[in-house]
Amino acid sequence: MSVALASILRVSSVEPDQSARGSAAAGDAASVCGVAAAGGVAPAGGDVLVSARGLTKTFGGFTAVDGIDVAVRRGEAFGFLGPNGAGKSSTMRMIAGVSPATSGELRVFGQDPASHGPAIRARLGNCPQADMLDEELTVQENLWIYGRYFGLTKAQTRERATELLEFAQLTDRRADKVEPLSGGMKRRLTIARSLINNPELLLLDEPTTGLDPQARHILWDRLFRLKRQGVTLIITTHYMDEAEQLCDRLVVMDRGRIAAEGSPRDLIARYSTREVVELRFDTDDHADHVDAVQGLVGASRVELLPDRLLVYTDDGDATSADLHARGVVPLSTLVRRSTLEDVFLHLTGRTLVD
Amino acid sequence: MSAAAGDGGRGGGGRGEGVDGVGGGIVKVGVAGRVARALPIPAGAGLARWVLARNLLAFRHGWVTLVSGFAEPVFYLFSLGVGIGALVHTVHTDGGSEVPYAVFVAPALLASSAMNGAIMDSTFNVFFKLRHAKLYDSMLATPIGPRDIAVGEIGWAVLRGALYSAAFLVVALLAGMVTSWWALLALPAAVLIGLAFAAIGMFATTYMTSWQHFDYITLAIQPMFLFSATFFPLSTYPEGIRWLVQATPLYHGVTLERGLMLGEVSSALAGHTAYLVVLGVIGALGAARRIERLLLT
Repeated sequence: MSVALASILRVSSVEPDQSARGSAAAGDAASVCGVAAAGGVAPAGGDVLVSARGLTKTFGGFTAVDGIDVAVRRGEAFGFLGPNGAGKSSTMRMIAGVSPATSGELRVFGQDPASHGPAIRARLGNCPQADMLDEELTVQENLWIYGRYFGLTKAQTRERATELLEFAQLTDRRADKVEPLSGGMKRRLTIARSLINNPELLLLDEPTTGLDPQARHILWDRLFRLKRQGVTLIITTHYMDEAEQLCDRLVVMDRGRIAAEGSPRDLIARYSTREVVELRFDTDDHADHVDAVQGLVGASRVELLPDRLLVYTDDGDATSADLHARGVVPLSTLVRRSTLEDVFLHLTGRTLVD
Repeated sequence: MSAAAGDGGRGGGGRGEGVDGVGGGIVKVGVAGRVARALPIPAGAGLARWVLARNLLAFRHGWVTLVSGFAEPVFYLFSLGVGIGALVHTVHTDGGSEVPYAVFVAPALLASSAMNGAIMDSTFNVFFKLRHAKLYDSMLATPIGPRDIAVGEIGWAVLRGALYSAAFLVVALLAGMVTSWWALLALPAAVLIGLAFAAIGMFATTYMTSWQHFDYITLAIQPMFLFSATFFPLSTYPEGIRWLVQATPLYHGVTLERGLMLGEVSSALAGHTAYLVVLGVIGALGAARRIERLLLT
């Protein structure tokens, strides 16, 4: 599979250095499936790159990840959606082999990160939340030396770096120091750097947090390309739009647990209605208006937020027409489609980003 | 630094396994794991040279620092050796011979410069990379393990120190302050001093959380520089505090260098060498273990 990936990335001549990549790659796929099947957490079909059962991480008395079950198949874009502190980053660090699990079972490429850390890390790309670029080096030196950390040869690293600079749209900045680059550029360089070893699996922890909208869209475009090229992506985010855009399948995490799992569309269908009517009233406390909007046509549920009411309905227009017929006049009325934010709100009673 | 029993299995058995050993299977992990439980050896993947190479790459952008590292001990040599030497003339060494003051002090300055070079790199620079640049976090996302980082960083500090020492030796030789062929071993000895201090310096740095903590380093280095039989022989000190002088690592470095450069070679030099080697090994293992504890949480 690395050959296919390489050819798509137009680096067919750069075969991963066997000594660096380890030799246990494909052979263990069978055992992975075995493990996953036994656990009953593997989705049907595809070979499973990451499987976790009862995965737990505690820091002192604090439980960051509380016994989660997850399986990620080759080629999919998998998301961890949840607010800050939900346990997403802790999970990612365990998968990346830089944080030992407290208990439970974790397999990445069929191997245990506790005993095969270097071999696993050789095959994955890791984009942590902070860029952590080497600011004493230039843009291209960052790529060159990173390839060497993976044990790649100089020729392999140089060739790959040239392609990745193109991919990250940084070719004309290659000889510049890292420090003056914009946030979006640094993020793209971090992603490019994490691709230096031609990884089968790319971990992206909050990839667009802190970027302006334009930089986010450029980054999404790059991630789409990787996905099309067959790289398996695992993304954490607290942006529901990002999760909807990028993820084939995701889990909603809250307080270290998985609250729900499915494709974005599945989750919306399962946990929300088709549409939502957002109502804002001229009031200090929206709770005063909850009774007035109960039992509207098509509506199934009302959710109270500090600044607005959300009426969940199968037909937003009919619902708002009924509201007008009752003589209730909000400051503003917005009819929109349900999003993952609504799913999260329904599952946890809280909004994603406060 | 509690014993390795708790996480030694992960440390040595896991990461210590290395990238090449992946295919080896369960038996190797088991043996390595047992060894790791017995010895607190944190994991590496044999990639330390790339940590060192990274420093070389960064150093190309800041080679000016090389000049200052070389200049300092040379300035000392001329101000103390030649300046003070004009007043003091000769000194009776602990080895029993009488030599000009400059000849007496030159080996001590060589040892001190090896110490200073190693300490500068393994404390300030390591602290910056560890706490601010997050360089080691990004390295640990690759097959590189904590042992690779410790070995690579200490190796780099030793390499830099060796450059300074070699340049200093050339100057001392040209100035006529080298009197014995044993001085050929002065450079390897300086490398050993650099190793001991770089390793201990890096180990200590992993416990620091703010720049203020560097005052402790200064507090340890300054008196050692002045009172490790550097500028006057051990016999000058009152009997009661000689043991204190002899306990310091720099004393062993100075005495080793002095013995070699003056040709006063005895079996005691083996003891000084052993002291420095033990210090280096403890420091390197401790630094690697601490990096594992701090970053692989």
